[in-house]
Amino acid sequence: MFNTNSKRFSKKMLLAPIAAAAMAFFSTVHAEDTIKVGVLHSLSGTMAISETTLKDTMLMLIDEQNKKGGLLGKKLEAVVVDPASNWPLFAEKARELLTKDKVSAIFGCWTSVSRKSVLPVIEELNGILFYPVQYEGEESSKNVFYTGAAPNQQAIPAVDYLMNDLKVKRWVLAGTDYVYPRTTNKILEAYLKAKGVNKKDIMINYTPFGHSDWQSIVADIKKFGSAGKKTAVVSTINGDANVPFYKELGNQGVSAENIPVVAFSVGEEELSGIDTKPLVGHLAAWNYFMSVDTTKNAAFIKQWKDYIKNPKRVTNDPMEAHYIGFNMWVKAVEKAGTTDPDAVQKALIGVEYPNLTGGVAKMLPNHHISKPVLIGEIQDDGQFVTVWQTNKVVDGDAWSDFLPESKPIIADWTAPISCGNYNTKTKKCSGQNY
Amino acid sequence: MNIPANKPLSYGLAVLMLLFSMLAHSETDATQQPLQDALAAIKQGSMSEREQAINHLVELKHPRSLVILQALLAGKLLVVKDQDKLVIGDAIDQDYNIVDAVSNEKLGIISAEQVGKINLTNKLRSNLRKIIGELELNADDDAVRLAAVKAMDKEVDARLLDLFKQRLAVEQNADVKEAIENILLLQQMDSADKNERMAAITQLQSHDSLDVVNKLKAITEKDADGNYAEADSDIRNIADAALTEINGRLRLYSSIETVFFGLSLGAVLVLSAIGLAITFGVMGVINMAHGELMMIGAYTTYVIQQLMPNYLGLSIILSIPAAFLISALVGIAIERGIIRFLYGRPLETLLATFGVSLFLQQTVRSIFSPLNRSVATPEWMSGSWQINDFLSLTWNRFYILIFCLIVFVLLMQILKHTKLGLEVRAVAQNRRMAKAMGIPTAQVDAMTFGLGSGIAGVAGVALSQITNVGPNLGQSYIVDSFMVVVFGGVGNLLGTLVAGFSLGIANKFLEPFAGAVLAKILVLVFIILFIQKRPRGLFPQKGRAADS
Repeated sequence: MFNTNSKRFSKKMLLAPIAAAAMAFFSTVHAEDTIKVGVLHSLSGTMAISETTLKDTMLMLIDEQNKKGGLLGKKLEAVVVDPASNWPLFAEKARELLTKDKVSAIFGCWTSVSRKSVLPVIEELNGILFYPVQYEGEESSKNVFYTGAAPNQQAIPAVDYLMNDLKVKRWVLAGTDYVYPRTTNKILEAYLKAKGVNKKDIMINYTPFGHSDWQSIVADIKKFGSAGKKTAVVSTINGDANVPFYKELGNQGVSAENIPVVAFSVGEEELSGIDTKPLVGHLAAWNYFMSVDTTKNAAFIKQWKDYIKNPKRVTNDPMEAHYIGFNMWVKAVEKAGTTDPDAVQKALIGVEYPNLTGGVAKMLPNHHISKPVLIGEIQDDGQFVTVWQTNKVVDGDAWSDFLPESKPIIADWTAPISCGNYNTKTKKCSGQNY
Repeated sequence: MNIPANKPLSYGLAVLMLLFSMLAHSETDATQQPLQDALAAIKQGSMSEREQAINHLVELKHPRSLVILQALLAGKLLVVKDQDKLVIGDAIDQDYNIVDAVSNEKLGIISAEQVGKINLTNKLRSNLRKIIGELELNADDDAVRLAAVKAMDKEVDARLLDLFKQRLAVEQNADVKEAIENILLLQQMDSADKNERMAAITQLQSHDSLDVVNKLKAITEKDADGNYAEADSDIRNIADAALTEINGRLRLYSSIETVFFGLSLGAVLVLSAIGLAITFGVMGVINMAHGELMMIGAYTTYVIQQLMPNYLGLSIILSIPAAFLISALVGIAIERGIIRFLYGRPLETLLATFGVSLFLQQTVRSIFSPLNRSVATPEWMSGSWQINDFLSLTWNRFYILIFCLIVFVLLMQILKHTKLGLEVRAVAQNRRMAKAMGIPTAQVDAMTFGLGSGIAGVAGVALSQITNVGPNLGQSYIVDSFMVVVFGGVGNLLGTLVAGFSLGIANKFLEPFAGAVLAKILVLVFIILFIQKRPRGLFPQKGRAADS
C-alpha cells in the first residue's frame, strides 16, 4: 500500500496545477455587496465520493438563506473551490479563500489530515472553519468549530451499547491505518481496559487505505470470535475498504447476529452505492439517521430531494452537521451584527439551534456542539432502524478523559481561560500545539 | 433510552402449544380477529411491540403463523401502503408478486414503491430463527430439518433437549441424525456421570466442531488463581489429549486456508497484471491507464446488470465478452489516437497515458457520478463452501481463481496458435525484421494493445465481484500490476502467472505475523532486492531482442 500511496501522491502533484488552473478559469467576478461563504470540499479525487454531497448541501443552505432575504441585508455568495482530495492543496485553497476571496467563513474538509493541513492557515489568517465530520478529538482551535461528533459522542456510546445491551465480551478494533482510527482505538482501548476487559480479549487490526483483500483478516476475526464469548467488531475502517470488508464477512458466513460490526464511517450515502445484502443487521453509530421520524427531518429531506432533483438521493450525518453549523453561523452573525471573525467567534459560543432529530444543539465553549447519539441497524434498503439512543444530547468533549495524557486538559474559549489546550493541573495553556 | 426491551424467552411454551395444535391438525375455526390484531402490531408497532406480536402470533396457533413468520424472516412480509394491508411478496424486477398474508389469496403484481417492508433487528431475527427452527424440526424436507437443528444448536436447554431426543427417535436422514447426536454428545460432556463424560470426549475428538474445541478448552484452562476449572484430573487429561489431536488437524486446515487465500489474492493480481504483461511486457508501452481499462470493464458489468436485473448470473457471464470488447475498443482508440505517436519515448508515453487515466476517471465521474455503483453478486457466487467448522472456501474467490486460469490458458493459446499471436510475437522480437517480412506492424500494434486492454476489461468484471465499482477502482490495482509484471519478467506471460501467485501466497503467509500494512511493505522490499539481483525478473526474456 506504501507504493500505492506514493503513486497517488505523485498523481496529485501533477493534478494540482491543472486543477488550480481550472478553478481560476471558472471563478467569476464577484459583486461587492455580498457576504462570501467559502466551500472547501473535494470535488475530484478519492474523497469526491463523500465531499461532493456536502458542497451541494452548502449551496442548498445558502440558496435557502438568500430566499429568506440573505444576512444583514446582504445576499450570501458561495465561493466553491476544489482541493481535489490533495491535502496540501487544502491549505493552499483555504489561503486563497481567505486572502483573495475574503470569505467570512469556510465550511469544509472531511478527513482529519485535510483539517490538520488547513489548521495553520486558518489560524494565521484568523478565519472561521466549520468542520462537519466525526473525528478523533484531541484538538480545539480558536478558529475551528467542530460540528461533527467527538469520540465521546460516537465511539464511547457505541461501545457502551455493545457492552450493556449486547453483552459483548470480546472486542475487535479494526481500522484503516491513519490518525482518526489510531487515536479513536487508543481511546477505546483505554476505555475498555478501564471497564475491566482483559487485554487478550481485545484484538486490534490496521489495514491500508482502500484495502480490498480481507480474506485472512475476516478469517482471524472469525477465529477470535469463536471462543465462546460474544464478540463484536468496532470498525473505524474508512471509505472504499468497507464494501469488500462486509462482502467478505457475508461470504465467510459471519452474520450480524453472531459477530455484529459497529461502524463509525458507514452512513446512508456510503450504503447507497453498494449491495446491502451482506450488511443487513450490522450497526452504525451516528448523531443523525435519515430514517428518524421528525417533521424537521422530513422537511429537510424533501428540501434536499427537491434541490438536487433526484428523489433517490439520501441525507446523512455530516449533512446535518453542516445544516446545524451553517444556521449557527447565521445566528451568530446576526447576533454580532457583523461578519468580523473575532466578533463572530465570540458570538458563536452559546448559540443554540434545533437538531433534525429532535433536541437542541448548542455551541460549547470548547467549540464542539452537543448532539444526541443514535445507534442503528442497517436494513436492506440502505437505511437504519434506530435500536438505541441517548435520552438527551451529549456534550462534545475535545480532550478525551480516557487517555492519561489528555485527561487534565480542557478547552475553553471563553474568558478567563481562552485556550484550546489548557492543563487544569499545571494551570498552563500550552497554546496551539497539537 | 433503550428501545427494544429485553423480553424473557417465553417462546418455549408458546411454540410447544403451536406444535401440538399443528400435530393435532388444526381445522381452525378460530376467528381471524386475534390474528388481525397481532398482525396490526407487527405492522405498526415499535420493535418491542413487534416482538410481542410475534410471540402472540405463535401463541395463536393459526395455520398461517409459520408462513407469516417465515416471510417476515426472509424479508418478504410487506405492507401495501395505501390499503394498510399485510401481504407476502416475491420480488420480480422492480415489482412484487403478492399474496394476502392471511388468506393466501393471490393479489397480482404491485410496484415496489407501493409497498413497504417490515423491518427487523438482529435480536428479532435470531429469536425468529429459533421459533421457526422449533416449528420446522418436524418438517418433511431433510434440508429444512437440518437447518432447523443447526439454528437451535447454540443455546440448548432441557426442553429443547427433549425435543431433540424425540426427533432423534424417529429421524431417518443420516445428516440430521448426526447433527442431533452431536448436540446430545456435547450435552453429555456436562453430564454428572464421569464415564459418560469421558465417552463423550473420546467420541467427539474426531469431530471438527467449534463447540467441541471451546468445551475442551474450558475444561483444560486454568482460572485466574491458577486452579483448573475442572477438578477431575482424568477428565482433564483425556480432554487435553483430545484437544491436541484436534489442534493438529486445525493447523492443517489453517495452512490449507492460507494457501487458498494466497492463491485467490494471486488470481486477482494475475488477472489485473496479465493485460499489462501484454502491453508493457510484449509491446514495451508503459500504460498508466491500464487500471482505468479495468474500471471500464467493471462499469460495463454494472450497465449490463442494470439492463437485465432479473438475470444476475447471466448478466455476469454476458459482461465478460462485453467488457472485453468495450475495453479493447477504448484501448485501440488510445493506441491509435495517442500512443502510436510516442513509440520509443517511454517518458512521454507514461505522462500521456497518465493523462488518459485522469480523463477516463473524470469521464466516468461525469456519467455515473463520483459515488460507487452497486454491482450485485449472483446467488451462486456468494457464501462459502463449508467443509467443516474450521475450513470454508468462499465461492466468489473460488470462481475468480478458476476464471483467472481459464483466461490465462486462452491467452496463451491465442498467442501460440493464432495468426495474430504469431504476428504479435514476431513484432515483439524484432519489429524491423517483421516489417520487412510484410507484417503490418502498425495494425498489429493496435490489435495487441486492444488484446491487452480487453483482458484488463475482463479483469474488471472479476473485480466488480469483490470490490467497489467506482472511479478509483483502477488506481488501487495499477501499482500491484506493474509489480507483478516486473517481478515475473517483462515479456513473459508465464512469469506473470508465477509471480502473481507467489506474491499472493507470500503476502498471505506474512499477514498473520506482520499485519496487512507491514506484509505489503515486506513484499515490496523483497521485490526491490530481487530486482537488484535479477533485473530481468523471474523468467528473463532470452535472445537478441532482449539485449537490444
